Amino acid sequence: MSPILFYLFAAMTLVFAVAVVANRNPVASALSLVVSFLGLAALFVGLDAYFIAVIQVLVYAGAVMVLFLFIIMLLNIQAEERRKINVPAYAAGGLVTVAFIAQLWFVLQKFELGKTAFAPLAEKHVDDVRNVGNTLFSTHNLPFQVIGVLILVATIGVVVLSKRELK
Amino acid sequence: MDFLTSSDFWFLSLTSLAKTIFLIFLVVLPMVSYTVYAERRVSALIQDRVGPNRTGFPTSLIPGFTKDFSPFLGGLGQPVADAVKFLLKEDFVPGHVNKLYFWLAPCLAMMPAIVTLAAIPFGSEFLGVKMVVADINVGLLFMFAISSVSVYGIVLAGWSSNSKYPFLGGIRSTSQMISYELCMGLSAVPVLLVCGSTGLSSIVNYQVREGWLLAPFTNGGLSFREIALWVPIIIAFITFTISMFAETNRLPFDLPESETELVAGYHTEYSSMKFALFFLGEYTAMIAGSALIVVLFLGGWHLPFIPDGAGQGGLNFLHAIPSWIWGLVNITAFFAKVAVLLLVFIWIRWTLPRFRYDQLMKLGWLYLFEIALVNIFLTAGILAFTK
Repeated sequence: MSPILFYLFAAMTLVFAVAVVANRNPVASALSLVVSFLGLAALFVGLDAYFIAVIQVLVYAGAVMVLFLFIIMLLNIQAEERRKINVPAYAAGGLVTVAFIAQLWFVLQKFELGKTAFAPLAEKHVDDVRNVGNTLFSTHNLPFQVIGVLILVATIGVVVLSKRELK
Repeated sequence: MDFLTSSDFWFLSLTSLAKTIFLIFLVVLPMVSYTVYAERRVSALIQDRVGPNRTGFPTSLIPGFTKDFSPFLGGLGQPVADAVKFLLKEDFVPGHVNKLYFWLAPCLAMMPAIVTLAAIPFGSEFLGVKMVVADINVGLLFMFAISSVSVYGIVLAGWSSNSKYPFLGGIRSTSQMISYELCMGLSAVPVLLVCGSTGLSSIVNYQVREGWLLAPFTNGGLSFREIALWVPIIIAFITFTISMFAETNRLPFDLPESETELVAGYHTEYSSMKFALFFLGEYTAMIAGSALIVVLFLGGWHLPFIPDGAGQGGLNFLHAIPSWIWGLVNITAFFAKVAVLLLVFIWIRWTLPRFRYDQLMKLGWLYLFEIALVNIFLTAGILAFTK
């Protein structure tokens, strides 16, 4: 990917990520998040990771955010009103951010591998769908199945909760 | 940066540009306008009316001609007249709408439908150029992903109109599209299992080798495996086609815009070219959907006994004819198949009555979803046992 495109999509991701928080209208926030996801997907394409890019759009932009928008519209949430600035909360948030950036800084200082350039992939076109599938079902089989069970539990929970509401 | 100056780069950009222009402006958009014309003529035929049969091309405007040019069936100039009408009508924006999103929505309804076309292999090869704009190895998932974004256009149109019928239409269409996306994705999985790839070009190439999935005898033979696989493939074809109808908001599933309940659904407040963009988006999505069905089940650009654009395959004596002619024949075959499917779309629209909304949800979640899910296991079982 040419550097121009990288900076373009990185900027798009970041600017719209900020817009999610800055916007007072919940629909605008949700849509900004969608654009941010699309920028992220474009960055994945730049890494030749087409599968992840497409799944990013399919799952997050196409399904999760549609549901978000759906709920926002159904509940008819109006623009959030401005609250008074809560000083302790802001201070704590700032502290966490600074701590996180400091941590990143120290780790990246010691991470020698990050300073070397990776050799290009041998093949231009990697069959990433096959690779992801093979990895999931062989080396990471157990975690994968645990996640499957977790999702099943969550699904059953949703069914139970929504049934109760009907009565 | 040496890639930018290499001849490869220029070749790629110029051919991609040529392919995009050919596909969108020379094939799909004219196809859209003539699908609308076909829709009106076929519906007239079904309802024992005449339909638009007068409008010709206005050649009488040119000095020296006295008559309008109106070939064949008559009325072939109707799409041109419709387009002019859409452009010249007053573009009225009601005062109660949310302006930004009201403008954004028609574009969002139109663009994804066009972008999905990029992954469709609409021909084999023509003069050594592959006839697909973006030959990516996740073509099918790409089409699903982009078409899942198209729901934003409809939702935003409904929401930004700030009036109740469009809003209800938008809400209906969101839940409908989310529900049927699942069925559509699941019913395509058997095809992926059989072909072993998510790239649309590889799926077509598999069908060129082994016979079309829905008609496995097209490569000249039928093995036991192919007969056994026929059952899940036919089930997948039926569930996929039904989900496609729901995804493109076509009757019998056009509840987001059902005029008996919701005036015109999500585009009630739209007029002129903004309305036309929704219209174009719907028909482009229909063409993209038909193209996807052709690629997945009906062998893509392949015709039995006809060689491909590189002069491979087919009957031997046909190889005497230059291969670029076969390239053109392949492209024509692809769009002919799409046109047949579009006629089926129209035929069904004017034959079946509309579903009720709860029936639609029930059909999607209680029947199609389960059938598609079981079908995956059936296909996997057959593939495992007939290895």
